Amino acid sequence: MIKAILIFNNHGKPRLIRFYQYFAEDMQQQIIRETFHLVSKRDDNVCNFLEGGSLIGGSDYKLIYRHYATLYFVFCVDSSESELGILDLIQVNLLQFVFVETLDKCFENVCELDLIFHMDKVHYILQEVVMGGMVLETNMNEIVAQVELQNRMEKSEGGLSAAPARAVSAVKNMNLPEIPRNINIGDINIKVPSLSPF
Amino acid sequence: MALKIVKGSIDRMFDKNLQDLVRGIRNHKEDEAKYISTCIDEIKQELKQDNIAVKANAVCKLTYLQMLGYDVSWAAFNIVEVMSSSKFTYKRIGYLAASQCFHEGTDVIMLTTNQIRKDLSSPHQYDTGVALTGLSCFVTPDLARDLANDIMTLMSHTKPYIRKKAVLIMYKVFLKYPESLRPAFPRLKEKLEDPDPGVQSAAVNVICELARRNPKNYLSLAPLFFKLMTSSTNNWVLIKIIKLFGALTPLEPRLGKKMIEPLTNLIHSTSAMSLLYECVNTVIAVLISLSSGMPNHSASIQLCVQKLRILIEDSDQNLKYLGLLAMSKILKTHPKSVQSHKDLILQCLDDKDESIRLRALDLLYGMVSKKNLMEIVKKLMLHVDKAEGTTYRDELLTKIIDICSQSNYQYITNFEWYISILVELTRLEGTRHGHLIASQMLDVAIRVKAIRGFAVAQMATLLDNAHLLTGNTQRNGICEVLYAAAWICGEFSEHLEDPMQTLEAMLRPKVATLPGHIQAVYVQNAAKLFATVLRKHEGETDSHAAQETSQLLIDRLPLFVQSANLEVQERASCILQLVKYIQKLQQKKVEVAEEVTALFAGELNPVAPKAQKKVPVPEGLDLDAWINKPPSESESEDEKPKAVFAKEEPKHSRSRHTEVDEKELARRREARKQEQANNPFYIKASPSSQKVYDAPGVEHIPVVQIDLSVPLKVPGMPMSDQYLKLEEERRQKEKAERKKKEKKKKREKRGKERKADSGPESEEDITPAHQVDIVTEEMPENALPSDDDDKDPNDPHKALDIDLDKPLADSEKLPVRTHRPEVLKSPAEDRVNENIPQETKKRSGKETKEKKKGKEKDRKRSKEEKKKKKHKEVEEELLESQPEEAVQSEETKEAATPPTSTSAEASDLDFWLCSAPVPPAAQEETAPSSAAAVDTSSAAAPESEPDEPKDAEPEDTKSSKHKKKKQKKEKEEKEKKKKKRHHHHHHHHHHHHSDAGGEDSVQNGTVEEEEPLPPMSNYSLLAENSYIKMMKEDADQVYDIQGNHQDESKVVVSVIFENKSDSFLKSMEFNVLDSLNSKLQRPEGAGAHDSLTVPFQLPPGISNEARFVFSVQSIVMPQKLKGTLTFIVKSDESSTHEKLDFKLHFTCTSYLITTPCYSDAYAKLLESGDLKGSSLRLEGINMPFHHLLARICFHHHFSVVERIDSCASMYSRSIQGHHVCLLVKTSDQTVSIDAKCDEPSLLGNVLDEIKQTFSKC
Repeated sequence: MIKAILIFNNHGKPRLIRFYQYFAEDMQQQIIRETFHLVSKRDDNVCNFLEGGSLIGGSDYKLIYRHYATLYFVFCVDSSESELGILDLIQVNLLQFVFVETLDKCFENVCELDLIFHMDKVHYILQEVVMGGMVLETNMNEIVAQVELQNRMEKSEGGLSAAPARAVSAVKNMNLPEIPRNINIGDINIKVPSLSPF
Repeated sequence: MALKIVKGSIDRMFDKNLQDLVRGIRNHKEDEAKYISTCIDEIKQELKQDNIAVKANAVCKLTYLQMLGYDVSWAAFNIVEVMSSSKFTYKRIGYLAASQCFHEGTDVIMLTTNQIRKDLSSPHQYDTGVALTGLSCFVTPDLARDLANDIMTLMSHTKPYIRKKAVLIMYKVFLKYPESLRPAFPRLKEKLEDPDPGVQSAAVNVICELARRNPKNYLSLAPLFFKLMTSSTNNWVLIKIIKLFGALTPLEPRLGKKMIEPLTNLIHSTSAMSLLYECVNTVIAVLISLSSGMPNHSASIQLCVQKLRILIEDSDQNLKYLGLLAMSKILKTHPKSVQSHKDLILQCLDDKDESIRLRALDLLYGMVSKKNLMEIVKKLMLHVDKAEGTTYRDELLTKIIDICSQSNYQYITNFEWYISILVELTRLEGTRHGHLIASQMLDVAIRVKAIRGFAVAQMATLLDNAHLLTGNTQRNGICEVLYAAAWICGEFSEHLEDPMQTLEAMLRPKVATLPGHIQAVYVQNAAKLFATVLRKHEGETDSHAAQETSQLLIDRLPLFVQSANLEVQERASCILQLVKYIQKLQQKKVEVAEEVTALFAGELNPVAPKAQKKVPVPEGLDLDAWINKPPSESESEDEKPKAVFAKEEPKHSRSRHTEVDEKELARRREARKQEQANNPFYIKASPSSQKVYDAPGVEHIPVVQIDLSVPLKVPGMPMSDQYLKLEEERRQKEKAERKKKEKKKKREKRGKERKADSGPESEEDITPAHQVDIVTEEMPENALPSDDDDKDPNDPHKALDIDLDKPLADSEKLPVRTHRPEVLKSPAEDRVNENIPQETKKRSGKETKEKKKGKEKDRKRSKEEKKKKKHKEVEEELLESQPEEAVQSEETKEAATPPTSTSAEASDLDFWLCSAPVPPAAQEETAPSSAAAVDTSSAAAPESEPDEPKDAEPEDTKSSKHKKKKQKKEKEEKEKKKKKRHHHHHHHHHHHHSDAGGEDSVQNGTVEEEEPLPPMSNYSLLAENSYIKMMKEDADQVYDIQGNHQDESKVVVSVIFENKSDSFLKSMEFNVLDSLNSKLQRPEGAGAHDSLTVPFQLPPGISNEARFVFSVQSIVMPQKLKGTLTFIVKSDESSTHEKLDFKLHFTCTSYLITTPCYSDAYAKLLESGDLKGSSLRLEGINMPFHHLLARICFHHHFSVVERIDSCASMYSRSIQGHHVCLLVKTSDQTVSIDAKCDEPSLLGNVLDEIKQTFSKC
């Protein structure tokens, strides 16, 4: 069983967290901190296994992690999972998939930022790989196909932000940070009543 | 209005989406918290809007904030709203948020049941998929119970995408709702052979996870997994299966033997490291499970060790780590094969990677021997010096102590060396493990009597240099050793060379800076030392020195009397007064030493840590019973202080010892020894733990010289090295001596035998430097030998320890809870034959099966006699641990043999045989031929029984009579076992019954003293003639069969057939004239008027139960069906054809399912206004109210929602989802029932039936 999947950056900022056992939010943050503390002080050329931290699991649990550029991918698993298997899973499926397959399609240079801005998408991908703490699918093509199909379905529904909102976000993305920040709804509220008296 | 819409969309234009939120947070690095709190305010506004898109967007943002550690549970209801959106985009967002923040304590989860059910049955596979994924994260026991059936249906969904998710989530369902495991298991097993590899992998995953916790229940699946292992190419699946076998082999060593060959093949052939590693791991598990005495497996061990060495030598740190991990497993059983790689492991100790060093340390633990212990520890000590991080150093420290102290100091040949190692370890800065070192010091000093002199000397030095240990505040962990040092010096003060000096050291003002508990020991032991010093001086008649000593104590103790620590203060003031008194006596020239010493007389024996727990409770003593009547509340407060004093008392018990006169003591001791000698449970000092070494030779050992040559005064200098050297010299010397002796011997024997004396010295050759007498720890007399106190009672997997091979009882079907009462049945009736006619499809295939059976028989016969024997053994064993009855591949099928007379046996078993699943047998034939004897039998796990009756068949001629006898015996045993089990069942049902009746009635109401309920039966007579009696269960078991047309429900009717005649009844056929609404389910291909064969025969006086399935379309009306039972009555001289007509009555009640309902949900339901009312008055009911409720619950499948005094609300639901609510009131023998239901005619009929129930009594 996988108890938790954590993705955080070199500074310990969480980029994706997935617990398969309930912890309260503050406990989750504490686990992230502890895990980061354990993982970050290790050199890149040491092994990728760590006897579990004190907060999560216990002696039966292990942390299996991979460090890529600015991100740590950490899996907390018990002894029923194969250590090397999970490592492969991270590398072959999650990473390649998260980075290469999906994000590469949308962005030119894939980096941590893409994970930050599309946390929900990464979750949806992860859901096709691991479910409820157990590995659901290891065949990458199958995962890709399912995610694609779901994304297409979302698109056909018009996506989360329907037409008008999309237009706005196009404006917002014009790299003019002042515009959205300077406009506040208060102004509009004032303007609207001024329009109403005929 | 139009303006409002415009305004809404303008608002929407400026809604932040997730990306904006993230961007905003990144732009507000300095005041992130403030920014987020404004965002949360915005989100709250957005959630108030009606637009679902806005809500979904808000929830999406909340999910992000949740990741950052913000509690978003306040939005749980909005999340549910978004979940229930019809658009996939929003639904997905909702479920994601739910899966991130819902948990068992989230109350809105209750509201989601129907939504999830709807999504699960959605025509769009991704709606279903999203719901399953979400549910897997927040499933609660309630959800699991309510949805188990829906999920089970999905396991057979047409889309593999859904199937695999449904299969996987079942594990979570099992965990939360263990009762679902058995009903769902057959289908889960089916999925192991699903055509889709993803589904297969999911099923393997789930079963592996289940089997890991309770492996014995899954042994019967071994052949199936074996087949998968040899056929699958998916590494992930292979790894899981191989891991599973690793868990199974310890239970069935023969399985292990079978595994070795394919596994070694895999090891040789695979290129995937992960697979290779798991194979090696499982081979190791197999080898561990097999007795190590098997010579032909040494090749496998060698292969493993060799492969592991390759892993460890690999430059990939991961492989290195895993290699060491696996190596440590081999070590346990085959230490020799690992020990040859000591070089490699010691090398790993130098690795830069801490994880690897720790693993290597673990290995070292098992690699030590008498010969290399000192060398290894020396190496570790070097590492201790070099180690940087405190955690690793602490780990080293504990490992050193572990290694040395393992198996009762088995490998230590020189305890002086060990003591000096411990002393050296005290130089560690900032270690947490001071107490560990201290306890080792104490342990060794107390238990190894020979070392006491040396230990005391060392401890005295430690005390003298205590400032070195306490000088740095950082080191306060280590000052724990002073506790041990002070105690040892005090307790064994007779060994002290200069007790006066030590006494002074212990009373230095600096001591007052130590922790309280250590000071207390100091004070107490100063008194002991004082006694020793006094005696010494009086022995030398040096009264002046003695008085000086007293003065020293009187001068120094006041410091401790002022201590803030109660313990220190108390001891100090006691001892101070004592010394003052002694001083007075001394001044009067009275000899006091003798009496002072008597204060501390007597030996302290070590007591085993578990000793207290193991004291058996004497017979007739009830520890929970009150000795006196419990005091009233007001009194208890007064008593508290008393208790405190009472507790304190035992401390003085030691001094009390001296009051008992010597004779009495000796007498008691003698008596106890006698008792111990006669008591088998008393753990005596066994020769293995209490090393008694040969005395000869000890005198030649330069022990005395060591004491003199070692400068004890400098604690900073490592002395252990010197001991190492000395020990080596000693060994050399010994060896030389031995050689000499040997040579002499040789000369005597000349040329007869050439002994390889030049080889390395063996373990036995090393004699320890001391005559070591390790005292065993004391255990109480009559200690209980059991050791099973390590299990965690909270493990959720404990509930899943369920025998899966037992056939399903009808009380186990998924969504329905049924009441199976204790009916007046003959004991023989306990075993009930049940079958569903629809499944008798198999019967039509009987012939083919017979053929197969024959084939198998032939095959078996062709086997050698030897193999048969082996087979038998296996079978026997399997019978014990496993199914006595076949598992049906399709659910709800039960077949068991009644205890029939021998004449009936054959035919009964015949039926039984054909109902046994064939597939495994068929597989077996195709399975690789390597799967020989063991495999056949375990493959035939469910088959093992069919095998047996076959043996009993007359035409099956066995070679020896002896064998037949054996079988008979077996069978008898089995029967007995069955009886037992069913007996057990009985109890179970009984419980069930009372649950249904009693508990429900007081569920929410006030718990009063209520009379026990009268027994209730729900079997009613169906029809009867002189030959046979048919009883029908009133509370028909009702359930929806999954995945069928929604408008059609299935009802199962249990009928008990009882043979009342003296003749044998056979060929019973059951037929019912179908109505438009209700139809008897017949096997495929059978005509609408064909009758169903009752799947058993009845010997005289025997009864048995059969179950028939009906499909019902409308449930609002009661139904009556006419039916006929035909059968042949066979007596000795004749046989006649008879028939019996009956009428089956389906009441509306029988369509109701007992469904618990919360009072708030109940209130909502009533408020909704969808329900139509009706009422009923019953007069002249003179039974207690709770009996009345129990009756309604029991006969009409209601549950009590709430009960207040003589008024109760009750709820039930029909199989088609109609809600039925009752409000029952009673006053003066009049009961009024107000009822509401969304289907008036159903309600009317139910009320009529309730009325009838009560008119009967």
